[in-house]
Amino acid sequence: MITMEKKIDWKQLLKNNGILLVFFLIIVGLSIMSPYFLTVTNILNIIRQTSIYGIIAVGMTFVILTGGIDLSVGSILALSGAVAAGLMKNNDVAPLIAALVAIMVGGGIGLVNGLLITFGKIAPFVVTLGMVTIARGLTLIYTGGYPISGFADGYRQLGGGYVLGIPIPVIIFLATVALAWFILNHTRLGRYTYAIGGNEETVKLSGINVRFYKSMAYVIVGIMSSLSALILTARLNSAEAVAGQGYELDVIAAVVIGGTSLSGGRGSIIGTLIGALLIGTINNGMNLLGISPYFQQVVKGALIIGAVILDRLRDETN
Amino acid sequence: MEPLLRMSGISKSFPGVHALTNVDFDLMKGELHALVGENGAGKSTLMKILSGLYKVDEGDIYLSGEKIVNTGLGEMIHHGIGVIYQELNLIPYLSVAENIFLGREPKTSIGTIDWAKMHAMTREVLSPFKLDIKPQQKVKALGAAYQQIIEIAKALSLNAEILVMDEPTAALTGHEVDRLFEIIKKLKDDGVSIIYISHRLEEVHLLADRITILRDGERVITKQRGEMNNDEMIKYMVGRVLEEQYPRYDSNPGDVVLEVKGLSKHGICEDVSFSARSGEILGFVGLVGAGRTEIMQTIYGYRKKDAGEIILNGKPIEIKSCQDAVLKGIGLIPEERKQQGLVLGMSVFDNAALSVLDLYSTLGVLHRGKITDEVNTMIDSMNIKTPSVRQLVVNLSGGNQQKVVLAKWFIRHCDVYIFDEPTRGIDVGAKVEIYRLMQNLAKRGAAVIMISSELPEAMNISDRVAVVFKGRIVKQFKKGELNEEQVMEYSLGLHEKRRA
Repeated sequence: MITMEKKIDWKQLLKNNGILLVFFLIIVGLSIMSPYFLTVTNILNIIRQTSIYGIIAVGMTFVILTGGIDLSVGSILALSGAVAAGLMKNNDVAPLIAALVAIMVGGGIGLVNGLLITFGKIAPFVVTLGMVTIARGLTLIYTGGYPISGFADGYRQLGGGYVLGIPIPVIIFLATVALAWFILNHTRLGRYTYAIGGNEETVKLSGINVRFYKSMAYVIVGIMSSLSALILTARLNSAEAVAGQGYELDVIAAVVIGGTSLSGGRGSIIGTLIGALLIGTINNGMNLLGISPYFQQVVKGALIIGAVILDRLRDETN
Repeated sequence: MEPLLRMSGISKSFPGVHALTNVDFDLMKGELHALVGENGAGKSTLMKILSGLYKVDEGDIYLSGEKIVNTGLGEMIHHGIGVIYQELNLIPYLSVAENIFLGREPKTSIGTIDWAKMHAMTREVLSPFKLDIKPQQKVKALGAAYQQIIEIAKALSLNAEILVMDEPTAALTGHEVDRLFEIIKKLKDDGVSIIYISHRLEEVHLLADRITILRDGERVITKQRGEMNNDEMIKYMVGRVLEEQYPRYDSNPGDVVLEVKGLSKHGICEDVSFSARSGEILGFVGLVGAGRTEIMQTIYGYRKKDAGEIILNGKPIEIKSCQDAVLKGIGLIPEERKQQGLVLGMSVFDNAALSVLDLYSTLGVLHRGKITDEVNTMIDSMNIKTPSVRQLVVNLSGGNQQKVVLAKWFIRHCDVYIFDEPTRGIDVGAKVEIYRLMQNLAKRGAAVIMISSELPEAMNISDRVAVVFKGRIVKQFKKGELNEEQVMEYSLGLHEKRRA
């Protein structure tokens, strides 16, 4: 085998970075169409709005990398948000403790998902589909269907506060991205996550506890859903039983648009960050341009399919 | 006489690699032309060009003297070229008939599948092979040999005049191989031309009218049958004289490392007892399906045992999972390297490092530098041909892939290494290297267990051999105590009949 000199393959480059190009074009287009779009306020606004589901998308990246899926993130968000709100409002629990309990609730549901998938040998789609209504039902039972509103200012900072001019949700979002990047690239958990998605059988035969590491992905996305719930509840100053409905769509879309393969084993957290920001930008842009929310849904769906087509093209050429 | 097929001046490059350089190849009517070469020599690429899967960069293909221009996948089937790949392409849960007529099922007048007609056509297609299989049977329930024959039948039913067979005997047992050879001879008599790719030189000598040897993407030589002996062929394949097919090694067995007593698992194995010593290679032979793989998987915790005791370094141990086995110092290198040994979409580095991440991490955080050193050293010492450790293993040849699997286990020091068919589908040069690597493990003091379906290999490389028949060890012997015929008798269970 003789190695040939390397030439820059523009076609390849375009295919590998297609999403960035699309993102760039959208930004250029929107800044022409709306003068308000490219202002610091609006950009921070986009990232802040993105943070809510972006944080969950960070967790979802782990799950999808293992070749799984979690449809129950919206319901986990609702339940853990309600638990935190209820503890603070009805039981006078300190916000920090309430937040920890909420995160344990989210992680716990993720663990149940993970154990059912790994020990029960049930498809992730089925387990988490069931969990969608279980967790939503538990939320309704806990809240009686009524919103829990009005929290201490300190807690509300989590959704509305700033540090050095940057919204706190944005800081948390970027911190989770950084942490996830570290975990995926520099820890056993991360490398096993990729390997399990690539070939679970090989990983098992290599003497690695596949059940544990696979379950951890669901625990992580559960915790991330709770974290998101804490921010959303603080921002809205209210926890509602219907919170987070349909979030799984935006979350999965962000991960897939970011280039993570739904069959597992391939993808990156930076991709998810870009995917989440792209969705946030499009949402924001369409709102700025006064496009009807009905039409927005069509655009978003098309975007997901487009991203998968792009992914497929990349797969075929590599 | 104009050959039926002529490939002339074929060149093909992939990014970074010249896979084929100016290769000529032809095939006469009714001829069996064997294509031989090490993994990565370009045999598969040449055949993928013929099947229309790849397009040539340079060169022409002529069928009966006529140049073929458009070589799409469907086009080549239309031209009467049928390719039977090494990895069979049948759909396990569909019936034999559905597999053969996939995409061209006979229809009734209202457009539904005409099952009666399809089954009748299937019986007709299969009749020359004289098999006891029904068109309705699910392919999954059939053995590898039958599946192979169904692939052949399928190609013939598409009016293939040229059959390409890629390592057809790799998954077959002795009897099945004989059966296949009979069929191949009959096909030739019927005027079918065959391109036969194989690593097994004996087969090539037996079947081929002509032999072409490829090396590093170039044609080295084409000769008539009988004009080359094994040594010469190997010399052309590897480009050097191979000192010996089975490297010599003075074993020095020490203490018993692994002792298995009365291992039983319903439907898989019964009362299996053996011991493996430090510094020795223990071979496990038997027919495919005798239960050798399953016995090892049971020891390794991949399957749950019903009864029996496993003693490691004098201490009874309980192995509940593969993880248990590895932590206690047992490594298993599985038979199916693509399905079980590798994560194909990951790099050479990531694959090799997979088994030791737990050793080189603190609280889950990896010591990157240390792992990189270990992996690089191992990959260098194993002579793995890869442009870089970042290369995805899916892009490596079979032999190099297998070395990556071995690297993964060699990095982690185990007391017991279990190899399941370590040289299956691997070329001669790489086989010798793998034998050496196994011997090095033994020298290092490990107990090495090797399952092998190639008797000469098992009997030359092993210090001791255990013969498995229907889930039981029916005979254990030291190297040289029995000959191949005697071992075959035990493998076939004939010793029992004789006793009875």
